[in-house]
Amino acid sequence: MRMANRSGESAFVPVATITALIVVIWYLACLPMNADLPQLKDAQGLGNRYAIAWALERPVLPSPHQVVFELYHSTIGTRLFRQTADGMVLNPRNLLFHAWVTLSATLVGFLIGAMLGIGLAIAIIHSRVLQKSLMPWIIASQTIPILAIAPIIIVALGSVGLTGLIPKSVISAYLSFFPITIGMVKGLSSADAMQLDLMRTYNASRPVTFTKLRWPAALPFLFASLKVSISISLVGAIVGELPTGAQAGLGARLLSGSYYGQTVQIWSALFMAAILAALLLALVSLVERLTLRAMGGRP
Amino acid sequence: MTTGMAIEIRDLSLTFQTADGPVYALEKANLAVRPGEFISFIGPSGCGKTTLLRVIADLEKPTSGSITVNGVTPEAARLGRQYGYVFQAPALYPWRTAEANVMLPLEVFGYSKAERQERARRYLAMVNLAGFEKKYPWQLSGGMQQRVSIARALSFEPALLLMDEPFGALDEIVRDRLNEQLLRLWAETRKTVIFVTHSIPEAVFLSTRIVVMSPRPGRIIDVIDCDIGDRRTLDIRETPEFLKIAHRVREGLRAGHSYDD
Amino acid sequence: MSAPSGTPSRILLPGLAGMGAAFLAVLLAHGTGGILLWLAALMAWLLLWLANHHWSAVPERAPTALARAGGIGIPFLFGFTLLFLWEVICVGLKVPTVLLPPPSMIGARIAGSLPTLGADFVQTVIRAVIPGWIMGSLAGFLIALLCDRFGFLRRGLMPIGNFISALPIIGIAPILVMWFGFDWQSKAAVVVVMTFFPMLVNTVAGLASAGHLERDLMRSYGASWSRTLLALRLPAAMPFIFNAFKINATLAMIGAIVAEFFGTPIVGMGFRISTEVGRMAVDMVWATIAIAAIAGSSFYALLVLAERRVTFWHPSNRQK
Repeated sequence: MRMANRSGESAFVPVATITALIVVIWYLACLPMNADLPQLKDAQGLGNRYAIAWALERPVLPSPHQVVFELYHSTIGTRLFRQTADGMVLNPRNLLFHAWVTLSATLVGFLIGAMLGIGLAIAIIHSRVLQKSLMPWIIASQTIPILAIAPIIIVALGSVGLTGLIPKSVISAYLSFFPITIGMVKGLSSADAMQLDLMRTYNASRPVTFTKLRWPAALPFLFASLKVSISISLVGAIVGELPTGAQAGLGARLLSGSYYGQTVQIWSALFMAAILAALLLALVSLVERLTLRAMGGRP
Repeated sequence: MTTGMAIEIRDLSLTFQTADGPVYALEKANLAVRPGEFISFIGPSGCGKTTLLRVIADLEKPTSGSITVNGVTPEAARLGRQYGYVFQAPALYPWRTAEANVMLPLEVFGYSKAERQERARRYLAMVNLAGFEKKYPWQLSGGMQQRVSIARALSFEPALLLMDEPFGALDEIVRDRLNEQLLRLWAETRKTVIFVTHSIPEAVFLSTRIVVMSPRPGRIIDVIDCDIGDRRTLDIRETPEFLKIAHRVREGLRAGHSYDD
Repeated sequence: MSAPSGTPSRILLPGLAGMGAAFLAVLLAHGTGGILLWLAALMAWLLLWLANHHWSAVPERAPTALARAGGIGIPFLFGFTLLFLWEVICVGLKVPTVLLPPPSMIGARIAGSLPTLGADFVQTVIRAVIPGWIMGSLAGFLIALLCDRFGFLRRGLMPIGNFISALPIIGIAPILVMWFGFDWQSKAAVVVVMTFFPMLVNTVAGLASAGHLERDLMRSYGASWSRTLLALRLPAAMPFIFNAFKINATLAMIGAIVAEFFGTPIVGMGFRISTEVGRMAVDMVWATIAIAAIAGSSFYALLVLAERRVTFWHPSNRQK
């Protein structure tokens, strides 16, 4: 138990080792998982069987490099734009097109949800009635599988002519709104009691107390809930593409891959979704770091 | 190694390697403690008093020098359950009652259930907490919690008691009372006690010998015999003998640059 | 300090009157309608809002029964207001049911389709959610114990676990359907994967949350790793573990239902939602959603009760 701080110790070696271990296990698992397929029924020799297992066309478990190649092939290896009667549009054969469809719904929904969430949190902090009547419902809503509502939103909005981006954004907004409200209410009320008293000795008005004390105190909570929200928002956009057989988007790719048994397509869509999630989180983290640095917070 | 010594420390040094460079927590400390003594370590923060206590407890390892506790290495003493440790904070487990907290070491050491309960009751009574056995830590005041912590350290009857500023977080009035109780306990049980403090009156009141330490690097600069008699009450703090020793302690701290910054 | 005299009547009178007016409005909405309906609705809304406003002004710590009941009563009144407004607006304004059906219609559908809804509940909750939740949480817990024992594993797995928690794991559903078939096993598998990581991350955090002094104490007793685990680290980890249990309850419900969107035999809550949506039978969809909401919140409430008993010592559970 040394006094010297060890928490800065690099986690690179363990993480790299575990990741490498996972990849190795994945490669090894390809043979037993795919063993029932016809191509392997008569094959002899372990090396031969593995070589076949790693290059199957419709595998039960694709090998890592198959997924990587498919990802490469369907993004960089395919034309991004194509010429149509309406001019140059994104090529639906390219996975990035689907990624963009899902991403746009995610971002729009996230921004709307965030603004609504922050707005409602501010209202709740300043109104006792709202705090006591609405907050319990918002907290209770966390226990409900809200995602089950996605199909009905698609249909309801479709019946008034809204399709495509808007219903998915509504779902994403709805999902991302709750964590932000809860997080911001917690954050805006997290100001130290002594500091609130100090503001009162200055006879500071409520807006001033808000901008100078409550809002800065709430920022850590804001960023924590933004990270949760943006992940949920992405899930919402993907699930929003499922019920009505949408043609575009990562969720649609997952669904069609599932219907037609195109395993590698499913995996590459899944990996693309994971990459999107990682990028979105990195973006929020970056904004967080820049904001905290501008506020003089510890790096 | 001289036999019969409760603790023997020779040329003990401990250097921590931190990101900002080496920290000389202890430099060539020398001390011999006879059984039954009440020794205080006093000094400002950074003088190494807590570090020295932790080395005795085998919670830190020295970089050089030697130390024996009851004739064996600190590690053997720890594994042999030869000391009880009282921390700066009560460190009671909040999901256990006072009684269950006192029984914790007894459970680890494998005492029977009947034995555990009997000892827990006895030692809680010894620290004047009879009747509070079923209370949870948060239902007790700070002073009471610290007393439970002391009862816990006593329950398996170690010969050596190590106490790290146990009353530091309490107000002076409670502190006075606990000092009296501790002294009475020590008189009854005659354990060897090593007591870390940064309060001069407390050190002089409680100890048979006072070890004055100073920081940067941590070292022992004076060892003062505190011979103001055995039967001590709080009034003794205003006698000239008491004040003379307190003065000597203060001079020692000043010489060790404790008041510089 | 007691509330000003007459406060009970300032709350009860508008509250009861408001509820009465609400019922009247609902009856009128289903009946003749007209201007009387809207007057009644407006009156009800104002009265109920007034009752809530006065109730919220009662100091929270006051010893009166009214103050204590406020914790449940105020949100209940609020919910009641929303419900009656929903009914009145949907029926009175003749909102197309495909957009939003009124609560009465949903209630009628629930009452009329109990066998189907019951079978769906069994398929999704009893067969997929509960077993998946148990297995996923158990797996996460055991791996967390290994991580606690072996620092290398913890340092390597934690960042990976945190990362995966943020990914849209639900996307794994089609793959698991392919591996485990269309029936409940694949849905349970989805739940296992979704609940594993929050449990892992939270348990590791919980095991590490025991304080330095408490851990030094165990060291001073020469206690072994397993002894320290049982006496200190596990009890200290309980708040975190229950936090994961609660998170996982919601994730499990979502996982099982959404996984059914990808393919399922002809029963299950997700199946019911996706097929009835295709048939535009919105009342059935909302009925299923209502059952899912009740199931989800009941599961969560049970966990909260268990949490209060196990972690009674935690500051958040104590009366201060």
